[in-house]
Amino acid sequence: MSQKTLLNSKEIGIILHRLACQLIENHLDFSNTVLVGIQPRGIFLAERLTRILRDEYDVNNIQLGYLDITFFRDDFRRSEKILEANKTKIDFVVENKRVVFIDDVLYTGRSIRAALTAIQSFGRPDDIELLVLIDRRFSRHLPIQPNYRGRQVDAINKERVKVNWEENEGEDMVYLINQEKDK
Amino acid sequence: MSELSVNHLLGIKYLNEKDIQLIFETADQFKEVINRPIKKVPSLRDITIANLFFENSTRTKLSFELAEKRLSADVINFSASQSSVKKGETLIDTVNNILSMKVDMVVMRHPNPGAGVFLSKHVNASIVNAGDGAHEHPTQALLDSYSIREKLGDVAGKNVVIVGDILHSRVALSNIFALKLQGANVKVCGPKTLLPTYIESLGVGVETNLRKALEWCDVANMLRVQNERLDISYFPSTREYTQLFGVNKALLDSLDKEIVIMHPGPINRGVEITSDVADSKQSIILNQVENGVAIRMAVIYLLASKIKNV
Repeated sequence: MSQKTLLNSKEIGIILHRLACQLIENHLDFSNTVLVGIQPRGIFLAERLTRILRDEYDVNNIQLGYLDITFFRDDFRRSEKILEANKTKIDFVVENKRVVFIDDVLYTGRSIRAALTAIQSFGRPDDIELLVLIDRRFSRHLPIQPNYRGRQVDAINKERVKVNWEENEGEDMVYLINQEKDK
Repeated sequence: MSELSVNHLLGIKYLNEKDIQLIFETADQFKEVINRPIKKVPSLRDITIANLFFENSTRTKLSFELAEKRLSADVINFSASQSSVKKGETLIDTVNNILSMKVDMVVMRHPNPGAGVFLSKHVNASIVNAGDGAHEHPTQALLDSYSIREKLGDVAGKNVVIVGDILHSRVALSNIFALKLQGANVKVCGPKTLLPTYIESLGVGVETNLRKALEWCDVANMLRVQNERLDISYFPSTREYTQLFGVNKALLDSLDKEIVIMHPGPINRGVEITSDVADSKQSIILNQVENGVAIRMAVIYLLASKIKNV
């Protein structure tokens, strides 16, 4: 198993500020916009962006929610892994709102497909956009593309992208991990 | 990643503490789901569940059916009173006939203790025991503990008294197993004739004075006198039972602390508890019913995740 660094802390900082600015460009004062972090890994990015928008760009009225997609996934009883549920916390109605889904890595697109179904339980949004830190190109199983992307990565299937966050793993880093054994 | 240690829910006796925690944590998420504007998730859309009720039930049957439907499972219902069981068909034949219609899971209530265990050895489906005679009623015990956890923060270390007909009660036995497993202190209270002889061997205390029991406890779980199971007279009269083992508002108010009142239903108002107690703010009877759906969703979801696809 080998790993190489895709993004370091400084690069992640620059990308987060760019993504925040792109959000402001499209959503202005966020009065009709809600941010939804996809559980479990999307919530760190969502919280970080919310903090940058609030502290550095004076956007104070951001509504942030967490959406768990476990019960909406299409691999229940199909994968070896047991699907464990996380907390959904959406304290607002998304009816007629502009929703931005936030996740760390976009890979097959199946999680986002599940999130698109799951969010319907909370109303009918005006539109839904997708923001991801890492977009793994050429690996999509579904016709889903991000509206905002941090970095595009070409990775083969045996490789895994791992995003570490300061508040969780103690560092801001993105690694590309090759799961094949070294010869 | 955790999963249940069992493939069937036949009784609390077969679970470990981790199983109970996993069920509770999963139920937390389902409780959030059933409070959404749209209360349904598609997880079990390829699972078919048969509800076999060989004995009468209102809330358990409705609660299971609702839980299954909220998980998008296909549901078929069966009541013994309207079926070929009356014509002499055996339990295994009845269930195998139903299973040959491609059913993945069976929720069964049966008047005979051990019916679920028996079935799990002879048929190829996940079995959920919804009450077997005077043996176990695991989902009721889980929702009772879950309701205590929700109200008091934790089950461990709490004093719980189960009052009433312990002898004929599957709710009592399952509750004792579940509460002990989670580290609660348990006492039973009732007329001596309705307390099983060796009940202390389960590690529970016995108290025949209701006031003393209530003064000791944090939670009182009031059981119904199961008149339909009383083959002989176990106490002189209902009036005397109520006087000695019924909880009324005056008794509750005379205690120096506020205890939590639970009841698995159906309530005989004026017998084991009076109406003003059942409807008081100390009572969590309706929370128990709401939590019942979340707990059953969690149990069904976790068992279904162990049924392998193809």
